[in-house]
Amino acid sequence: MTLAVDIASWVLIVLGSFFTVVGAFGLVRMPEVFTRMHAASVIETLGAGFLIFGMCLQAGFTLVTLKLLFILALFFFFAPVVTHALARAVLHAGIEPKLAEDRRAAAKQRLAASGEGRQP
Amino acid sequence: MRTISLAFILYVFWLVLSGYFKPFLLIAGAICAVLCALAAGRLNAADEEGHPNHLILRTPTYYPWLLWEIAKSAWSVTKIILHPKLPISPTMSVVRASQRTAAGIATYANSITLTPGTITADVQGNDLTIHALVADGATDVEGGEMDRRVRAFEGGA
Repeated sequence: MTLAVDIASWVLIVLGSFFTVVGAFGLVRMPEVFTRMHAASVIETLGAGFLIFGMCLQAGFTLVTLKLLFILALFFFFAPVVTHALARAVLHAGIEPKLAEDRRAAAKQRLAASGEGRQP
Repeated sequence: MRTISLAFILYVFWLVLSGYFKPFLLIAGAICAVLCALAAGRLNAADEEGHPNHLILRTPTYYPWLLWEIAKSAWSVTKIILHPKLPISPTMSVVRASQRTAAGIATYANSITLTPGTITADVQGNDLTIHALVADGATDVEGGEMDRRVRAFEGGA
């Protein structure tokens, strides 16, 4: 039984490490800031998720497991906030992303035609 | 009602982080949790935006689907990263969030950002500017399935 749990936890930890390495690799490979953020989001979702579940199996039914789950929940609520703040700051600083396709103007026109949005 | 649930959650949070179960500390922790909840209430920090406890019971209707979406798109971003030619086609677009509450719009914007391959770059009212790693990702968000699910999750709040 403990052997099975150990194997499962190691499989999860290795998977998490794999996605973390892939994310870091993407971080280096992507051409500019926005696309790099996409690579980083692989780390904070699948990478951190698998690693933490693997560690939960190692810890068993203890307070440590609950703390690990808190860390995961924290990741899931703060990671998007931080990414959004970063993206917004980059746009605000006037750095234009390199785009293959820019649908912003067309989408804005379509939305304006379709009715009133709530104003800030 | 909101104060009670906030105090309860704070107490459980403290209990898990501290790991102390002596009677004196349990009682002291409970008093501190109640005082914190009352202070948050007076600061208007525990309103339906800061502590949306009406959504807690509805999480099973939305979060499992979101987790599955995250896993799927993280896998597709992984494949793009490992692809020798790096087949990206960065796209920006604007989508409208149909949620009526601030907590609903925040949930939707957060869900878009949490899903690898798409980022919410700006929010004006309920128009979200999104950046997608590939054009298909932007098309998926424009399709609005996530928007409808967050709308249902938000409920008649």
